[in-house]
Amino acid sequence: MARWALTRLAGISATLAILYFISVFVGPRMQEYVLNVVILCGIYVVLAVSLNLINGITGQFSIGHAGFFAVGAYTGAAWSVLWLPRIIDLPFLKLGTFVGDATNLLIALVLGALAAGIAGFVVGLPSLRLRGDYLAIVTLGFGEVIRVLLLNTEAVGGARGMSGIPALVGSFHMELFWVLLLVMLVILVSRNLMRSVRGLTFLAVREDEIAADAMGVNTTKVKVTAFVIGSMFAGAAGVLYAHFFTGISPDAFDMNSSIIITTMVVLGGTGSITGSVVAAILLTALPEFLRFLKDYRMVIFSMTLIIMMLTRPQGIFGHREFSLRGLFRRKERRREGSAPV
Amino acid sequence: MQALVQQLIYGIQLGSLYALIALGYTMVYGVLRLINFAHGDVYMVGAYVGFYACTKWLPFKDLTTNPSAGTANFAFAILALLLAMVLCAVLGTVIERFAYRPLRNGLQQADAHFWGIIAALPVALRFGPLLSPLGGGLFIVLAVTFGFALRPVMTWLRRRIVLSTSRLNALITAIGVSLLLENGGLLVFGADQKFIGNVVPETNWNLVGIQISSGQFTIFCISLVLMAGLRYIVLYTRRGKAMRAISHDIEAAKLMGIDTDRVISFTFALGAALAGAGGMMVATLTHVKVSPLFGLLPGLKAFVAAVLGGAGNIPGAVLGGLVMGIAEAFVAGSAYSTYKDAIAFCILILVLLVRPAGLLGKNVAEKV
Repeated sequence: MARWALTRLAGISATLAILYFISVFVGPRMQEYVLNVVILCGIYVVLAVSLNLINGITGQFSIGHAGFFAVGAYTGAAWSVLWLPRIIDLPFLKLGTFVGDATNLLIALVLGALAAGIAGFVVGLPSLRLRGDYLAIVTLGFGEVIRVLLLNTEAVGGARGMSGIPALVGSFHMELFWVLLLVMLVILVSRNLMRSVRGLTFLAVREDEIAADAMGVNTTKVKVTAFVIGSMFAGAAGVLYAHFFTGISPDAFDMNSSIIITTMVVLGGTGSITGSVVAAILLTALPEFLRFLKDYRMVIFSMTLIIMMLTRPQGIFGHREFSLRGLFRRKERRREGSAPV
Repeated sequence: MQALVQQLIYGIQLGSLYALIALGYTMVYGVLRLINFAHGDVYMVGAYVGFYACTKWLPFKDLTTNPSAGTANFAFAILALLLAMVLCAVLGTVIERFAYRPLRNGLQQADAHFWGIIAALPVALRFGPLLSPLGGGLFIVLAVTFGFALRPVMTWLRRRIVLSTSRLNALITAIGVSLLLENGGLLVFGADQKFIGNVVPETNWNLVGIQISSGQFTIFCISLVLMAGLRYIVLYTRRGKAMRAISHDIEAAKLMGIDTDRVISFTFALGAALAGAGGMMVATLTHVKVSPLFGLLPGLKAFVAAVLGGAGNIPGAVLGGLVMGIAEAFVAGSAYSTYKDAIAFCILILVLLVRPAGLLGKNVAEKV
């Protein structure tokens, strides 16, 4: 085997091992409430970073991300609740064993991501014709249509939603493992995309679609690809959500959650992966920290949002990214006494 | 057949309400290219003003005890409608001035006083209600102090902020204002649903088997009057001309000496007044219960109606509103009534796929 493949394989195994140890040793030592918040933060990080791929990196205007989240969550849950019991006799799919749980969750993740990806393809298609606010309202509408459909489909519980989903994420204290894995994956995919030649075409579409088109970029393909990748990750996040909280209902995927995800992307700095991560953690944790304010909680929250937008329109990070190298470089520059560029 | 016509009449009533709200969206979109998400909540505030006017502020008489008070009550109801329109217009202007204008022009020193008032509010409320001498006095003192303390902060911020032209920013700000109005409404109005009883006498007319209630008829007529008024303002006054100029090209309008900020304020006031009128009429005439989240869905549907007709296009908004209302009424009357909230979006998606700029919108070719 080539040498780079070996090193890469070693790196991946080491990462998985580290994640496993974090999950098994740190997870059980956290309070249940704190762990819940951390998991929720992780899920929203995945959602925000994947939306950032569509809104930030490709410059589209999608505000219906909760729809993809819902598609993933319901597909994953349907696999575990409705389809799984019928093929239970396969030995490696037996629930309650480490391998069985992991395999099932992986299948659910793949199915959820695929279903959401198909939904993303369907929504991405109109983006060929629509721009800006029109696209935004279509995506928002798509999210609402999904919610109303789920609300009226008795097979997935209708308004009651689905309950009794096996807690595949939490079994064997693997919750942090799965969530961190997905977080790493979405960040890596976004980052590598932004640095690759193919990613440059995404950025080109964001900066000027007409110019990109004139330069020979297949803008249609780029936009649809962005939608599909972004919605696949949202779907996977939905699967984790369903299998962690073991119950889902259409209300969890309403317009408000779509809007919150969009807010995370803008607040972090549109186009900045670091920004999306930080803002997702901040906006998920902030309402929890503000619980002592009781009724004033959401008022303060909305005020913070307005004040942030007025005082720092480019978001927390702007277009910048956090990197260790950048940190060192800035220090060196400061030592040399030259002004930072 | 009769059932169809019955649904059509309900649809027209619903549609005229959507059209009223959609006009506000479309006007603001026309001048600023901003989706004013808070507009639906202005509609909610209008409904609350209607509620308080009918139950507390104005001397309405109970119709069950003295049936002859109908005419007097009707006059008061018109007064309540005007009140709702005026208060909502003020609210719309305030929202524009303190949330959207700093986004365009940067923070001004005068903004400090607004935020000072906001900051003083919770502190003063800890010591007593605003109407008590202690709470009120403290509020005034604190608001002034905070305001002046914040002035240098605003100057400092003004120098630091790099204004963003991103539409997403404006959208998020609008969402913030919307959340603020909803949650502020929960605090001020309470979470319970409010219900206004009969304030004006109601009759049901029977036209060859089709029921028309006087409430439906009134809503339709008043909407029509308001739309005609709006049409007059937009087409035949100097302000209206300025509005059209801004929606055509804001930079050129500035160069022609139009005070764009004032005209934009005026646009917000107009739109908000229409939404307030809509909210007030729904609350008093259709016996819908009012709650702080009451404006969310109608607001969204009205926005969809505006986009359907062609965002920025005033006749388009009315057409879109009517299409939306009638479609919703038909779905609500059919076997698929649970899908009535989804029909709006389905129509929108289908229409936009065929006509990306909406029904009446012009498809402008992009210049490079």
